[in-house]
Amino acid sequence: MQFTNNQDDFAATAHVSLDKKLLDDFQEKFFATILFACGLVSVLTTFGIVVIIFQVAFEFFQEVSLADFFLDTKWTPLFAERHFGIWPLISGTFLTTAIAMFVSVPLGLSSAIYLSEYAQPKVAAILRPAVELLAGIPTVVYGYFALLFVTPLLRNFIPLEIFNALSAGLMMGVMITPTVGSISLDAIKAVPRSLREGAYALGITKLETIFRVVLPAALSGITASIILGVSRAVGETMTVLIAAGSQPKLTVNLTESVETMTAYMAQISGGDSPRGSLNFKTLYAVGAVLFLLTLILNIVSYWISHRFKEKYD
Amino acid sequence: MTTSYQRDDSLDSASEFNESVEKRESLGKVFEILFLLGLLVGLFILALLIFDIGRDGLLRFLTPGFLTETPSRFPEEGGIRPAIFGSVLLGIIVILVAVPIGVGAALYLEEYAPKAWWTAIIEINISNLAGVPSIVYGLLGLGVFNYLLGFGPTLISGALTLSLLSLPVIIVTSREAIRSVPDSLRNASYGLGVTKWQTISHHVIPYAIPGILTGVIISVSRAIGDAACLIVVGAVSFLTFDPGLSQRFMALPIQIYSYITRPEPGFANSAAATIIALILLIMLLNGIAIYVRQRFSITR
Repeated sequence: MQFTNNQDDFAATAHVSLDKKLLDDFQEKFFATILFACGLVSVLTTFGIVVIIFQVAFEFFQEVSLADFFLDTKWTPLFAERHFGIWPLISGTFLTTAIAMFVSVPLGLSSAIYLSEYAQPKVAAILRPAVELLAGIPTVVYGYFALLFVTPLLRNFIPLEIFNALSAGLMMGVMITPTVGSISLDAIKAVPRSLREGAYALGITKLETIFRVVLPAALSGITASIILGVSRAVGETMTVLIAAGSQPKLTVNLTESVETMTAYMAQISGGDSPRGSLNFKTLYAVGAVLFLLTLILNIVSYWISHRFKEKYD
Repeated sequence: MTTSYQRDDSLDSASEFNESVEKRESLGKVFEILFLLGLLVGLFILALLIFDIGRDGLLRFLTPGFLTETPSRFPEEGGIRPAIFGSVLLGIIVILVAVPIGVGAALYLEEYAPKAWWTAIIEINISNLAGVPSIVYGLLGLGVFNYLLGFGPTLISGALTLSLLSLPVIIVTSREAIRSVPDSLRNASYGLGVTKWQTISHHVIPYAIPGILTGVIISVSRAIGDAACLIVVGAVSFLTFDPGLSQRFMALPIQIYSYITRPEPGFANSAAATIIALILLIMLLNGIAIYVRQRFSITR
């Protein structure tokens, strides 16, 4: 592709560069298509989840009526007398989730407030990743800790069953703290400085500024973080499977053993139920409820946080 | 003035207005300490957890043969080699499968995707996938890889399921890394008459690699620590051989779960020792990532 005086050479170069352009065009199209295909994988994944879960769940509901599923209060698919009422699993899930949120909301919010409003930037740069380590710990480890450390410790004070909702919920709360904290922190940091300065100018203290100005302004982001935390807790499996046990009970007693939707799913799939059996199908029916529940929570969280972004950006 | 103050205050039914600045400031101090405590509780529990696991498991972890032998029915004997082997193999396959696809999808969305309704759908879809519980991915893997493609409850099914699980995180973090590449770099490249793909492969990707690696490590660490979807796909809790791609398999989290659920007391120590192995493996991964990241930052 150098400039030359020779006519033939020039023609040759032009020819080569035409070939090269064709090659480049081809390469360009080729990679654009490949990358598009990569993007499509995520869509196919969602499609696959929906089709597979709801196909088998549909088969389940041909054998068990929706009324039994949603109105019965007993969940005993493995017993001789079978009941397929989902409520004990839902109540177990909500009980552990409620305990987890009781822990993670105050811890997450106070971490976020401290890191954003009080900590020196250098200190925050160390503390934030340190707290986020909590989210990187495998969830079986939280299960281990809940069952073999927290439960024996609490049993000194409270009459707990060996498997109980309390320990599982507490550890799940610790695990979710970084989720709540991280997103709240971003929301709090996005509150414009001018709002805080305006508040100080009116003569109110730092704490009052935080409670009366900063937190209300960041409310949508904080709400989104809490909803996302709920979604994580609802979907968490190993901690509740190990520490909360497998007794589907319609109870609000947090010292008892309960069974969550996820724990049931893990239990039934570990037990080698033959494909096509009704037990196997319960896995998908419960999975469908779990998927829809977390999907709704995720969409609500996404929607709230995006509304909030529009406000400040 | 005072009266108008009080009238305003009675409208705000939340609390009485306290005029003493000292009291309000000292209340502020109290809350500052409370917020700090809230932050430190998490770190305290983290420290307690590490201490507890070290105390329960370190001795067992250091037993000769713990890392190199196959499991045993007796708590004091045997090791976790098949589980280590399974986890490493799962991790490698996740890196080979999920990273190219995830980075590819991120490149597509950042560099090629037009602003259209269907790209918006892809984006919302990815952020939703990031919130789908692991065990639901297990159902997907069971349906697609075990039955539809006929792989059965094998290591490859588990690995592909974990790959799908890690994809959303890789895509989201890679997109952030790619977005942080300055446009001037792209424009300079185009200015020299270079095609889009060449610009991406020669300039955008190398520049974004440190950020991409961070996301890859986060997601692969999560995949290695995940057990729920592997249980559904069909991981087993006892193996006496090193799993191959098309065999039934174990992984470290599954081994931990199986040790925890055995009633004999000695297995708790084995569980803790296996947790040490799992955490060391994850730390090793992070170490490699930090090393590679630094190398790339220097040569950039």
